[in-house]
Amino acid sequence: MALILSVLEQGMIYAIMALGVYITYKILDFPDLTVDGSFPMGAAIACILISKGMNPYLTLPVSFAAGALVGMITGMIHVKLKVRDLLSGIIMMTALYTVNLRIAGRANLPIYNQENIFDNHFINSFFPSSLEKYKTVVIIFVIMILTKYLLDWYMNSQSGFMLRAVGDNETIVTSLGVDKGMVKIIGLSIANGLVSLSGCIFANQQRFFDISSGTGTVVIGLASVIIGTSIFKKVTFFRVTSSVIIGSLLYKACVAVAIRVIPASSDLKLVTAVLFLVILVIGTDRRKKVKKDA
Amino acid sequence: MLELKNIYKNYNPGSVNELCLFEGFHLKIEDGEFVSVVGSNGSGKTSMLNIICGSIDADKGQILVNGEDITGKKDFLRQRRIGRVYQDPSKGTCPGMTILENMSIADHKGKVFGLGRGVKKHRMEAYREMLRPLGLGLEDKMYTKVGALSGGQRQALALLMSTMTPIEFLILDEHTAALDPKTAEIIMELTDQIVREKKVTTIMVTHNLRYAVEYGNRLIMMHEGNAILDKRGEEKKQIHTEEIMRIFNEISVECGN
Repeated sequence: MALILSVLEQGMIYAIMALGVYITYKILDFPDLTVDGSFPMGAAIACILISKGMNPYLTLPVSFAAGALVGMITGMIHVKLKVRDLLSGIIMMTALYTVNLRIAGRANLPIYNQENIFDNHFINSFFPSSLEKYKTVVIIFVIMILTKYLLDWYMNSQSGFMLRAVGDNETIVTSLGVDKGMVKIIGLSIANGLVSLSGCIFANQQRFFDISSGTGTVVIGLASVIIGTSIFKKVTFFRVTSSVIIGSLLYKACVAVAIRVIPASSDLKLVTAVLFLVILVIGTDRRKKVKKDA
Repeated sequence: MLELKNIYKNYNPGSVNELCLFEGFHLKIEDGEFVSVVGSNGSGKTSMLNIICGSIDADKGQILVNGEDITGKKDFLRQRRIGRVYQDPSKGTCPGMTILENMSIADHKGKVFGLGRGVKKHRMEAYREMLRPLGLGLEDKMYTKVGALSGGQRQALALLMSTMTPIEFLILDEHTAALDPKTAEIIMELTDQIVREKKVTTIMVTHNLRYAVEYGNRLIMMHEGNAILDKRGEEKKQIHTEEIMRIFNEISVECGN
């Protein structure tokens, strides 16, 4: 039971990050490595603000805004300075390492004794002690669903349509009189905002910031997106955002099983990489390429 | 009125592949003209369209619209008052979006794309009315993704979409070239009908000499970056396909093709 709860908690936290990766990777066709820096940035912001006594719920919008700013910079490097997409992300990821250290003040910052979004007077008075262990998963679920519906709402707006169009056919965006560079910048902003928000929730749950917590974020995100979109490719009765969320849960479940069978926790990253490779090979992405050319 | 003044364009300057296309090219298109442009490959037809739309920059020269200099203006700003249909049917539509979504974004051209709802449900009937005369059955496929349509269907949709909002110029870049002869004929008739109805100034590049002669009220033949033939009004009506063909062959022979 504890294992299932942990998979659900982690899976849903990372699902918010995966929604961001979905925007860059699937919609914009932009392999954005910034996420390896913006995820721990959300965590750093959460921990430093909470340790300074700020209301933990305020760390959520602050992290989102900071992530959006970082995504905007990645977009500007790519669009305005004409640096290749992959390199723009690498530059930002590298720079954010230092930025994150500066935000937190050190490489790891625990907030064990502070209140957080899962553990505070208000929430504790709300939940009867018998349901204590489901508290975290319920709160994460609420935040995740809200995020999903907000994103769906945005994707169906005029601006969201331009975001979808720019990945589909850049030419038409220009011919509609819209600056396609600006659309990409907006997309990267929203994506990294979501990633940073996810990092913030992660830190609230772990009660801890660690500078290395972002390493491999992009792999987790990509794996979740690919699992979700491949499995539910033919399914039309629910939105693609839901498939990404389920993809994230499935990925976390795979990792949880893998951890049980590997000899040491230091092998985790290798397992992650191999798992990702397997998903890539099984995933139907290659078939999509063929379809694109037709 | 659209005016190209003293345009210079040099491809790959300084390399062995240097290609000097335009050297002091002039062109003036009056309001309400429907100009057909013909010419062999590399004669500068598409480059001319790209320079007008801002997809490529001229090295020197000016582009004037109604006397206003738009030479340095960004492509997306220029295209707010230009409709363009490409040779490739997939360029004028979004394959991953439905017909309704495609028409909704085209309907919003020139306005701010904000947080309002993307699909204009209340315009559904109007869209259906626009699609019905095509006779392609698209009006019953509003929720079908455009990627699932045939090239001809997509091109018809692209043509409708490019002329949905008020525009000053319609640019047609070999827009029937990728279609089968029958579909090409349908698209060409639709084009003529739209141009007449909307009275929009049109530039149509085509390799089909018959279309160039049959449609429009002005004909330009381009060769090596120059307009070597420019007939309008009554003069144009006198021209026959055979004559154009003869001139076309002559210049091609000169080039050694």
